[in-house]
Amino acid sequence: MSIFENLPVSLTQETVLNTPKATLSRDQILQASGLLIASIILLITLVLPLYTILSKSVEDQQGGFIGLANYIDYFSTPALSMSISHTLTIAFITTFIVIGLALLTAYALTRTCMPGRGFFKVFLMAPIFAPSLLPAISLVYLFGNQGVLKGLMFGETIYGPIGIVIGLAFWCFPHALMILVTALSNTDARLYESAKVLRTSGFRTFMTITLPSIKYGLISASFVVFTLVITDFGVPKVIGGQYNMLATDIYKQVIGQQNFSMGAVVSVVLLLPALFAFAIDRWVQRKQVALLSARAAPLIPKKNPVKDWTMLALCLPVPIIILTVLGMAVYASLVSFWPYNLSLSFANYQFDLMDGGGWEAYYNSLEMACWTALIGTLFIFYNAYLVEKIKGLKTLRMLYHLAAMIPLAVPGMVLGLAYVFFFNAPNNPLNFVYGTMAILVICTVAHYYTVCHLTAVTALKQIDNEFEAVSASLKIPFYVTFWRVIMPVSLPALLEIGSYLFMNAMTTVSAVVFIYSADTMLASVAVLNMDDAGDIAPAAAMGVLIMGTCILAKLIHWVFSHYLLARTQRWRAGT
Amino acid sequence: MSDSYLKIIELDKFFGDFAALKNISLDINEGEFVCFLGPSGCGKTTLLRAIAGLDIQSNGRIIQDGKDVSWLSPDSRDFGIVFQSYALFPNLSVADNIAYGLRNRKVKRVDQKERVKELLDIIGLPDSGSKFPGQLSGGQQQRVALARAIATSPGLLLLDEPLSALDARVRHHLRHEIKELQRKLGVTTVMVTHDQEEALSMADRIVVMNHGVIEQVGTPEEIYSYPKTPFVAQFVGTMNFVPCSVVDKGTINVGGNSVCCPQAASMIDQTGVSLAIRPEDIRIRNTEQADNRLLAQVTSMEFLGSFVRSKLSVEGMNDLIIADFSMNDIRDFNISHGDQLALDLPEERLHLFAGEVL
Ligand SMILES: Nc1ncnc2c1ncn2[C@@H]1O[C@H](COP(=O)(O)OP(=O)(O)OP(=O)(O)O)[C@@H](O)[C@H]1O
Ligand SMILES: [Mg+2]
Repeated sequence: MSIFENLPVSLTQETVLNTPKATLSRDQILQASGLLIASIILLITLVLPLYTILSKSVEDQQGGFIGLANYIDYFSTPALSMSISHTLTIAFITTFIVIGLALLTAYALTRTCMPGRGFFKVFLMAPIFAPSLLPAISLVYLFGNQGVLKGLMFGETIYGPIGIVIGLAFWCFPHALMILVTALSNTDARLYESAKVLRTSGFRTFMTITLPSIKYGLISASFVVFTLVITDFGVPKVIGGQYNMLATDIYKQVIGQQNFSMGAVVSVVLLLPALFAFAIDRWVQRKQVALLSARAAPLIPKKNPVKDWTMLALCLPVPIIILTVLGMAVYASLVSFWPYNLSLSFANYQFDLMDGGGWEAYYNSLEMACWTALIGTLFIFYNAYLVEKIKGLKTLRMLYHLAAMIPLAVPGMVLGLAYVFFFNAPNNPLNFVYGTMAILVICTVAHYYTVCHLTAVTALKQIDNEFEAVSASLKIPFYVTFWRVIMPVSLPALLEIGSYLFMNAMTTVSAVVFIYSADTMLASVAVLNMDDAGDIAPAAAMGVLIMGTCILAKLIHWVFSHYLLARTQRWRAGT
Repeated sequence: MSDSYLKIIELDKFFGDFAALKNISLDINEGEFVCFLGPSGCGKTTLLRAIAGLDIQSNGRIIQDGKDVSWLSPDSRDFGIVFQSYALFPNLSVADNIAYGLRNRKVKRVDQKERVKELLDIIGLPDSGSKFPGQLSGGQQQRVALARAIATSPGLLLLDEPLSALDARVRHHLRHEIKELQRKLGVTTVMVTHDQEEALSMADRIVVMNHGVIEQVGTPEEIYSYPKTPFVAQFVGTMNFVPCSVVDKGTINVGGNSVCCPQAASMIDQTGVSLAIRPEDIRIRNTEQADNRLLAQVTSMEFLGSFVRSKLSVEGMNDLIIADFSMNDIRDFNISHGDQLALDLPEERLHLFAGEVL
């Protein structure tokens, strides 16, 4: 049977029997094989590794099948299964706090003329540039045993749930803020004008118009934060103390006790709530699509001094806390010897004098991030193009699209462990990539695949669907049009994907912590290891270095998209 | 096969169980301008895309220029195409858009430039080569898309609703231009449209389609004056339908009135028959000597600029019929609401269709 649905596959119709088969053109063969290869790559780098996690969780240490024995073991060991309730508790509390604060600030940013909104927008996003380890380390400096603000803890310890919640809230805040700002921006001013004409009170307007219109944004933000919290590893690792979480359990089982089967079991346990959150979020996204009509008029907030200044007073603590935490990290990295010698120096940046990989780790991270951004962007975009634009192969394209959604639901720790199981298996012919830079790049691309894929698909959907037909009629191969038209037109999306991949590759710990080798030590892992070894100041210094690099990358992205695009994409001006 | 350039033979197209095209056969001559006309969803675009090879048919064959292209992919066929959305490459200049297809044909750079310039002149935009599509108006973009499609001198030009995104005045103007250009180039052209006026004014022949089948193929005059089916009669122009019965081979009975109608001969055995006449064919001049004289009362009048559309209640008939009167008629006969009129239904303008038509 033909693989192309638009060819006559209906063998039941007799007339077909004596008609010649459709000949596949070179373009169609190239497209089909391209998609086929991409599907196989996705299968190998995502689906099969995840399958090995499942199978490992029902095996004993020697690899014999033992059914659910590991799970029974897990649930009958309170020290282990306690982590489930710990993780969920932390997740609920953190989500609640983050959504509350993010809603308040997002509202102030989009719906009021609060003074200093530009300043707010810049600094509220700052936590996204740092690995989650950094705020945790900073909290140690602020509230730890020798912390400058230890008095504020009133005898409680920061090492435990309190620290985890603060650290995670800090780190997740920008993600929630972005979603809610978008949700609050997509509104119709006409609704508010009608409410005003009908003399509706401010509170009632908020309850009946604002809240319903951002309902999906709120749900979506909640699930994003929830997922980030349960899957994050950096914060509880640094500041969790004896308080066990699922993500740190995986690490302890695998790295600490070399108990791979139990690591796999915890992974599966962690996968469930993440999958659940993912499913709900997908469902919500689908509902959200048709919310806004094309005729909606944008809402432009009006000046209202009382409201604006009240909002400022309410919101000001947020950027102050963010600046304090990040500032503390920078300061701590520069202090010669905390807390005895407070003179400033770059002593902590002499990474080569310490264990943990030295400057080499930083260069490795840079290299890894560059490859990830380059290869990831091209691979993801090209295949999103095939999925979105080619004819035929409907089933394969749908499956590919579905598979591309998986990474969003898979915690980094789980993916990393899956890579260990899959690529480190002696009988795997791909065993040779284990321990190389390549596997780190592959893993990171796979880890962050979904958001990039969706960004690419969104951009491609805005491109006329007939470009391929036009090129075919002009006898121009599709890849020429892809190169000459599709890529240039999608340049903003490509830059967006590239910088997203770069930043995440710089900051990620969870997936790569299992698969780096002595030769491919990464900066983010170095932060973890130095902190583990008690070299907290150098850990902070490395974290600050990563943050600085990400901010620089973001600046370059910004310059690119504002100045270069303005010059090279003159054509956009007219449209 | 000898004289027709494009031959479509028993084409079917299924989307799942849904038959979008049913047993379509059609011959198109070299240099002819053919319009596919029909309501939304009747399969016009599907047929056009099958001809282009963009959505290959489920059954049937397509012969182009003597060659069986039925199963060839679009890039192995010989055609140029213009879409409703124009599909101009936004990041390429107008000149680069037009030259896009020349690149691959080992045409020398100088000759490419020459050809682009020639085409820019043809479409009346000689100075716009360096502009980007986004800087042009809709009508200008449409012309650029046309230039790009004909740049490689294809044997067949396919246009899918090329004018429907434009406003009325530009549309009228472009209609004329496209037709002129087509005549000058002599390229065989198929245009899809759901606008009957467009089809009537541009086409050499019109293919009227409905529900995936061809209802009628003919020149604009044939389609308008001699519709073969009630659907064509209603879709192109306006038509009154009145139930009647056949009396003998030259006479029918309409609501108790005896009406001369030569077509009755072919309907002699039919039980339910409908009489059809266009509103503008109903006469009120010199009705004294007319054979088919009916009395009617004006129940409503609607002023539509150059003529008045009125609804008439005819003696013996239940349904109102529509008649268009020129302003001259209105003035000369001083027609107003409620007036009693004598109508003539000229026998050569009457149509008979089997069965009841709403
Ligand atoms: N890819 C497809 N899958 C399923 N059904 C389709 C597909 N393409 C078209 N159809 C159906 O086939 C029928 C004919 O579609 P087609 O696009 O040819 O109509 P059209 O005559 O061009 O109408 P319009 O004037 O609206 O463009 C429609 O009922 C449509 O719903
Ligand atoms: Mg159509």
